[in-house]
Parts: sequence; structure tokens; C-alpha cells
Amino acid sequence: MSEYIAPIRDMQFVLKELAGIDQVAQLPGCEEATADLVDAVLEEAAKFAEGVLSPLNVSGDQEGAKWHDKAVTMPKGFKEAYQQFAENGWTALACEPEFGGQGLPKVVNACVTEMWKSANHAFSLCPLLTTGAIEALVLAGSDELKATYLEKMVSGVWTGTMNLTEPNAGSDLAAVRSKAEPQADGSYKIFGQKIFITYGDHDMADNIVHLVLARTPTAPEGVKGISLFVVPKFMVNADGSLGARNDAWCVSIEHKLGIHASPTAVMAYGDHGGAIGYLVGEENRGLEYMFIMMNAARYGVGLEGVADAERAYQRAVTYAKDRIQGTDIGVRGGGKVAIINHPDVRRMLMNMRCQVEATRALAYVVGAAHDAAVHHADAEVRKQNQAFVDLMIPIVKGWSTEVGVEVCSTGVQVHGGMGFIEETGAAQHLRDVRISTIYEGTTGIQANDLIGRKMAREGGATIKAVIATMRQLDGELAKQSGEDFAVIRRRFAAGIDEVEKAAEWIVANYRDDVRTVSVGAVPFMWLFGIVAGGWQMARAALVAQAKIDAGEKDPFFPAKIITTRFYADHQLTRAAGLAVTVMEGAAGALALEESMF
Amino acid sequence: MKVLVPVKRVVDYNVKVRVKSDGTGVDIANVKMSMNPFDEIAVEEAVRLKEGGVATEVIAVSAGVLGCQETLRTAMAIGADRGILVETDAELQPLAVAKLLKALVEKEQPQLVILGKQAIDDDANQTGQMLAALLGWPQATFASKVVVAGDKATVTREVDGGLETLEISLPAIITTDLRLNEPRYATLPNIMKAKKKPLDNVKPDELGVDVAPRLKTLKVSEPPKRQAGVKVADVADLVEKLKNEAKVI
Repeated sequence: MSEYIAPIRDMQFVLKELAGIDQVAQLPGCEEATADLVDAVLEEAAKFAEGVLSPLNVSGDQEGAKWHDKAVTMPKGFKEAYQQFAENGWTALACEPEFGGQGLPKVVNACVTEMWKSANHAFSLCPLLTTGAIEALVLAGSDELKATYLEKMVSGVWTGTMNLTEPNAGSDLAAVRSKAEPQADGSYKIFGQKIFITYGDHDMADNIVHLVLARTPTAPEGVKGISLFVVPKFMVNADGSLGARNDAWCVSIEHKLGIHASPTAVMAYGDHGGAIGYLVGEENRGLEYMFIMMNAARYGVGLEGVADAERAYQRAVTYAKDRIQGTDIGVRGGGKVAIINHPDVRRMLMNMRCQVEATRALAYVVGAAHDAAVHHADAEVRKQNQAFVDLMIPIVKGWSTEVGVEVCSTGVQVHGGMGFIEETGAAQHLRDVRISTIYEGTTGIQANDLIGRKMAREGGATIKAVIATMRQLDGELAKQSGEDFAVIRRRFAAGIDEVEKAAEWIVANYRDDVRTVSVGAVPFMWLFGIVAGGWQMARAALVAQAKIDAGEKDPFFPAKIITTRFYADHQLTRAAGLAVTVMEGAAGALALEESMF
Repeated sequence: MKVLVPVKRVVDYNVKVRVKSDGTGVDIANVKMSMNPFDEIAVEEAVRLKEGGVATEVIAVSAGVLGCQETLRTAMAIGADRGILVETDAELQPLAVAKLLKALVEKEQPQLVILGKQAIDDDANQTGQMLAALLGWPQATFASKVVVAGDKATVTREVDGGLETLEISLPAIITTDLRLNEPRYATLPNIMKAKKKPLDNVKPDELGVDVAPRLKTLKVSEPPKRQAGVKVADVADLVEKLKNEAKVI
């Protein structure tokens, strides 16, 4: 049995009907992304994910990355898989054509990224981090840096890392202490220790290009005194060949709950005289550059929620159809049945399914908006799309990954006792996805970003516009007949009311009572995520009904409507409770004296 | 030297096929379609011949509905230079396909036609042999190794007794077995290039071929469900059952 089957049917449906790939393909610079090309890309990426990456998922988890003598050895098969991945051009998919990329839209990249992550979460992090480093260099690097590094990174011959975190500078980057001392030749010597550096060392590529945050001697305190540097593992000669080993060493790797095949490095810079680094952009603007890329990185991590949940769902369905246990409830004297016949197992599977579909739909819609924000000819349209993307990134990152943890946990539950046993594979998805709510900004950071920077600061303008757009769907829903659509319509409308109420309350009270409002940040992120997911599911159900009305016989369409109905009854109904928690939940949270904990 | 590679669009090997309730065939509506795996091996072999400097052009051909274009694009993403679709909605049987291919061979004048030995949908295993007969060309079927040198091909075949090696003169027909090669994964640049490669569309009429079926399908049914096994008491009991119940000895 093939372990992972890419959900191409749902991906194509979301791309075409919800994210509007045909409109994306009309944007200047995105013309290549015609429907037939996108289909072909998805088909071939699926083959690679299923045939090369997925078979290494369990063995990579069991073997793990190994550290020895300041170097990391990857689990068996990873080096070959990575080289094939790079040779086949997948690293270059969404990169700029100027540097050898294919320039395909972000929303197409989202689909294939989901596949890499479903197939092998730990593997997928290497290209994800490299992409982040590429974007930083494209954004702010000098022509010389671009010429030296970009082509090799885009083609995947070299990989990249992002070095932000230090032992005392995690979520609070103002505390970064690594130093950068200017040298006479214009380069810098970097000194300091960085931790949690994903793929900080490995044996899959010849060189690793580290992007490192550090302070110059004259830098002001706090976030406004941080600069960004390129620090290669091996120096690069003028002709592009590799030179001396730089003073940047992996001094250990972490032992983790999940993603065992992804080496999480402790990096020591400058222990032997100073690591040579080159300034990216201007001094003291490092954090600003990082934050521009952060959206892309957070979006990528959000897809992990979708991807691990999809994989967990596939595994749970297979098991539930196969595992014979008990008889049908309500049938006297019946024979033994597969557990998928039990109502509670059904409920769990449907909960997994509807959340996978909702998070995927929302993520791809945001991906397409990102393409419009970058490529649209009209500046006003670009601005609107960017505002939408900025608002939704914390939802795609925060909500989708929290949903991912829930879904993967339910996946274990469907397996019963066997789910707790590693050999079924269900546990690995839960262990792997657990990091996704933490790195690139925890759920708490996402939710605070949402209510503060993305809502209160602009008086709730963008979220009000999104609420208005969501309400516009009501007319279409009202036209449909039948119980399913009546329920979907009612619950969706009620959900929007709750989002509106809670959003208004947050915007009104943020300035005067930020502590109280902040208690409700994560519950509000859930509330908005659930309702925005319901928005996409309702759109999907409408498209499905139109297809059925037009005579389409594909069972995919009635299934979509049923799944949306389930989502309405089991997810949208959570909105009311969450809204109460947002607006009234602070009392108990802040009242207890610290000494009483 | 030109190489012609016929490719068939079939239900993906991962799909569990369902027999239609009226017994007229299997349900192919809304199921995933892919290139016949044996044909993928044929494309790979042809592309390797081109990369090895033996072939100059690889032409992928498919016959069937418009959707076969996707299969041809897949062949071009692996490395075929161009594609020809013989478009028809008619049910195609091996003889009709062989006649269509004969017409295309006469038009394109390849020195070699490499086909999958059979398609995983009807498992007929006939088209290559029929094409060889129609053209009067030598054939080497079930190839597990192919070496082309000059105007000869040396083909190793998998036969019941082991391996048989044939030398055939070109032009010739070769059909592929599973162990001939392992098809590559298409690279992203090649997927994108495939879109821009020429793809011609012809109709059976234009080739002067009557594709009307010669065989009539009476009924398609599911294979019988596997019965539960029984424990036998001893060897004598086993022999007795094999003789009288299973009737295999």
C-alpha cells in the first residue's frame, strides 16, 4: 500500500473554485500557471511526495539526525532524496526567474508544500528554511551577495538557515546578544551562540548559507539595533568554488518530541577567531527584513497544520475501515463490523475531515491573495489583498496548526490503544505537528499579532471588510433548498455575528485595557479561524451544489456539502462559546496572585 | 533515428476499480487516470536511447478521448519531444490501435516502436504483436534489456525458462517488461517545457482507419470472492481434497 496519497482532487477543487487559480494565472508574471500546467505540476509533485519522501518518513523518525564531532549525519536516504528533490527542480518552483526560479504563484507552491509536508514533515523544513533565506537575500542583499549565493540556493545545491534565537532571546528578539565586528575589508566577524537552528548542519548539500542576526558595536539597544548577516559554512571563492571552512560550527543538536529527522542545531559562531559574515542590507535593519519574510515562513508553517492533519486523517480512515471490532449499535444479533460503522468513530473522522478541508481552503485562498498582493496591476487591489493577507496570516499559522494538533490527536484516538503504539504511525503525526504551534511565533504570539497589530492598530478596518464579504454569501445560501443549506446558512450567520461582536469589543477595549483583552486573544483567533473556515466551506458547498445542479455525478460534490453541514454543526457552533470567553474570560485568568500558583 | 512510443491512458493503478452495475464494463467516471505503467517504462527507455545518442527524436502517441492529451504531456515531461493524439470517443480494441499505429508509423517512419507489453486495464497483451504483423517487422516482446547498435537491436527477454537474447534488425517493435528500467520522476523544468512541445491531433478517418470494434463484450463481472480456508487433518486428506474438490491434480 502506498503510504500517502496526495489529495489532488480536493486541492484542484480549492485551487479552481475557491482560490481562483484562473484569475491568478491572469496576473502579470503568473501567466505560466494555466490549469493544465498546474494539474501536471500537482500530479508529478504527488508522485515524488508519495514515491520518494513518504517512504522515508517513519525510518527518518526512528533513526533521527545524528551529531558527531561538530557535524550532522542525516538518516539513511535523506541525502539522496534531497539531491533528487533539488535536481528535479522542486526547490526553484516559486523563486524569481532572475535567479533560476520558475516563478510559479505562491498558491501553487502552497499545494506542493502541503504535499512535501504531509509526506515528510521533517524533510520539508530544509527547503522551507532555504526559501526564507532566499527571500531575505532577494529583498535586501547587495548585488554581490545575490550573485554569489542566490543561484546555488534556488537550485538547491546549497541550503539556507535562519539564525534568530539565542538562549535568552526567543520570542523576545530585542535580547539578541551576538556580536558583529566590522573588518577593514568591509566584512564582519561574527561571535555568539544561536539555538534552535533548523538544518543548521547536515550532509545533504555542499554548503550552508546561514542568515544570522547580530549587533554591531555601535548599535542601539533593543530591536532597532539588530543587523542581518550572511555567514556561509564554507567561504566562497571568486570563481564560485568553495574555499576555507568558516568559523561557524554545529556544537550539538536537540533531542525532540518530534521531527526527529530534522536537525535542530546549536550553532557556535566565532569560537575560533570569528566567523566571517557579510551585512545584508543596512545596519540595524535586520529585524525589519526578517519580519517581511516572516509572513512567508508563518504561512509555510500554517500549511503544516493542514498537511499533518491530512496525513493523520488518511491513516485513521484506512484503520477504521480495516479494524473489525464490535457490532453495529442498534442492530440486534448483527455480525462484527469495521469500526468506521460506529457513530463516535464517524464523528471523529468527520471532525478530522471537515477541519482538514476548511484549513486547506482558507490557506489556499490566502495564498492566492498573496499572489494578487504581489502581482496585480492595480495598486489599490494590491493594497487590499496585502491587508487581507496580513490579517489572515496569524489565522493560517495559529488556527491551522492548533487544528492540526487536534486532528492528529483525534487520529491517535481513532486507533484506540494501537494509536498509542508507535508502529501504527498515528503517533508520529501528533509528535511532528506539535512543533508547528510553537516555531515561527507561538500561537500566543500569532493571536496577539492578530488582535493588536492587525486589528486594534487600524481600528478593525480590514476585519470589518472581511466580515462584510462573509455576509455577502448569505444571499446565495438563502437561494438553496433543503435542510443542509438551511442549517449551514443559519450557523454561518450566527458565527459571523459572534466574530463581529467580539472584534468590536477587542478594538474598543484594546487601548484602555490591553491585559484584559489579551486573555481573549487565542480564543478570538480560534473564533475567527472557525468562522473563516466555515466561510470557505460554505463557498465550497455552493459550488458543489451548482455542479450537482448542472448534472455532475462525481460523489466528491455531495460529500462536500455533507462535510460542510457537519462543519456547521460541530465547528461553527463553537463560535458562541468562544465569543463569551473572549469578552468575559479575563476575570478568572488575571485574578489569582502569582504566589498562589 | 526516430522512436515512436504509444502510451495508453488507463485507470490509475492505485484505484480500486468497480464493475458497473449493468455489467457492461468498469466505472471510469470520476476516477484518477494515469499513464499505463508499462508505457511509462517504454517512454523512459526511448528517452534513454535519445540521451545515449542512439535516438534523435522521441514521439509519443496516444489514441482515445481528448483527456489522453494529459497522458501525452506526461510522456513529454519525461522527455518525449512531441506528441500525437488520435482522437476518438469510440471504444478502441487492440487491432484498431495497431492499425492506427501502423498508419502513424508509415507517416513518421520511425526505426523503432517501443510499447508497453500490455495495459493494466484490459491486460490484452496484443497491440505490439499485431502492429509487428501488420508492418511485417521483427518483434521482441517482454524486453528486460535493450541495446541498439547500428541497424540491429539486441533484446533480452524474460521467458519462463530464464532469459532469452534476440538480435533483430531495425526497423522493429519492442515491448517492455517491468524490469527493463525504473522510470524517472519528471523534473519541474521539463514539466513546464512539456506544455510548449508540439502536440498534434488527428482523427482515425484522416488516417484511413476504421476503428469499429470487432469483438463484443458480453459481460464484465467481479472475480469471485475468496473463500475461507479449511484445515486439513493430514497429507492424505490434503491430497484427497486437491484431487476431488479442487480438481487440480
